[in-house]
Amino acid sequence: MNKSLKILTTPLLKDNPVIVQVLGICSALAVTSKLETAIVMSLAVTFVTAFANTSVSLIRRQIPGSIRIIVEMTIIASLVIVADQLIKAFAFGVSKQLSVYVGLIITNCILLGRTEAFGLKNSPLASFLDGLGNGLGYSLILLIVASVRELFGSGKLLGFTILRANTEGGWYVPNGLLVLPASAFFLIGLIIWALRTIKPETGKE
Amino acid sequence: MASESARKTILVALGVCIVCSVLVSGSVVILRQRQQDNKELDKLKNILQAANLYTDDASVKRTIQEKIRPVLVDLANGQILSESTGDKRLDPRRFDLKAIARDPELSRTIPAGKDLAHIGRQPKYMVVYNVIENGQVAGLILPVYGKGLWSTMYGFIALKNDLQTVTGFIFYEHGETPGLGGEVDNPLWRAKWVGKQAFNESGALKIEVIKGIADPASPLARFQIDGLSGATLTTRGVDHLVKFWLGSNGYEPFLNNLRAGAVAHE
Repeated sequence: MNKSLKILTTPLLKDNPVIVQVLGICSALAVTSKLETAIVMSLAVTFVTAFANTSVSLIRRQIPGSIRIIVEMTIIASLVIVADQLIKAFAFGVSKQLSVYVGLIITNCILLGRTEAFGLKNSPLASFLDGLGNGLGYSLILLIVASVRELFGSGKLLGFTILRANTEGGWYVPNGLLVLPASAFFLIGLIIWALRTIKPETGKE
Repeated sequence: MASESARKTILVALGVCIVCSVLVSGSVVILRQRQQDNKELDKLKNILQAANLYTDDASVKRTIQEKIRPVLVDLANGQILSESTGDKRLDPRRFDLKAIARDPELSRTIPAGKDLAHIGRQPKYMVVYNVIENGQVAGLILPVYGKGLWSTMYGFIALKNDLQTVTGFIFYEHGETPGLGGEVDNPLWRAKWVGKQAFNESGALKIEVIKGIADPASPLARFQIDGLSGATLTTRGVDHLVKFWLGSNGYEPFLNNLRAGAVAHE
């Protein structure tokens, strides 16, 4: 049990896919200008990492080495399409904002990275936990970045006004940089810097 | 790792493909109806929002039934086409703007110098919506679209029955930068459109979205909408697409007919 817990929690901070492995950065930039989109994106990625990892692990003894990457990609792509369809059916407003980015989860390096590095070599249960942990680790960073960007970029959280912006008759002058994708780079950079200062071992090769 | 024989490789590949395709097509088929309903509802909701008739999701369909009457307009001569053109693509209630704009038969190329909205082709026919109140036509909702900075923006402009006063403006689809060009969704900015004059008394197109803030003392203020700060190109796109669609390649012939009483208002 202890081992399972470790598999689940290691990717949250100590081996976080975004800030330690530096994977999946692209989507972290694109969908974090608002918290709502980041939450839906996090759920979608967590769903796909967990089940892609499990599925690959279930058939790991059958997959021939020569086509393993293709098999992994096929499974990931199918799950992404299912996630995309579910979002379109049950969270239409958000799906309009996420547009192509859900489809682009396929290219998120975390997925192929985990199935290749973990799912192929471990039991289904362990793989499920590893996928879940990595999805949650990704989500954690996404939510932090999105909270900062939405709060200081538009003075809101989840669409509710926290800092009344001057465009709506308030006092707060929104930071225009934070609504642009590049700001997520700076935020992730700052988080990595902070983590490496506190835990220097995460920066070592 | 498993054995590498060719037979095994093909079998595994085949198996994975079959399972995955069943999964994918299953989810698409099962969820399709729900997704189409969502899309339809979203569009109807935006029509109501343009006319300030939207209250909540539950009553959208009823309000549409009661207060909105779609009619098909031939843009070239400004005439209303009868309900039954016999062409499924032109059914006013099923009108798919994007599909029609791509259809070579039902759309036309816009002459290079005239393409203010940067859309290349435009439908020959458009569905416009009459707003009915107490059995009378109280207003008109006109679909508009054109290029912003990143995306084609799709929306509606609503006019009062004097065919001059703007009563609402909304985009239901765009991909502009959230917080900058995306502020076209801001209710406060959309409220600035309400009460502006699209045309002057002699019917000349005067409305414009300007850069910066309109001077309220200027005689032109009643035609001018403040631009969005930090979104010069999106603002210009909005200005151009509104001018295009209310101009001679857009609804001008139709609006002129309405003014002259040449087509019945219903």
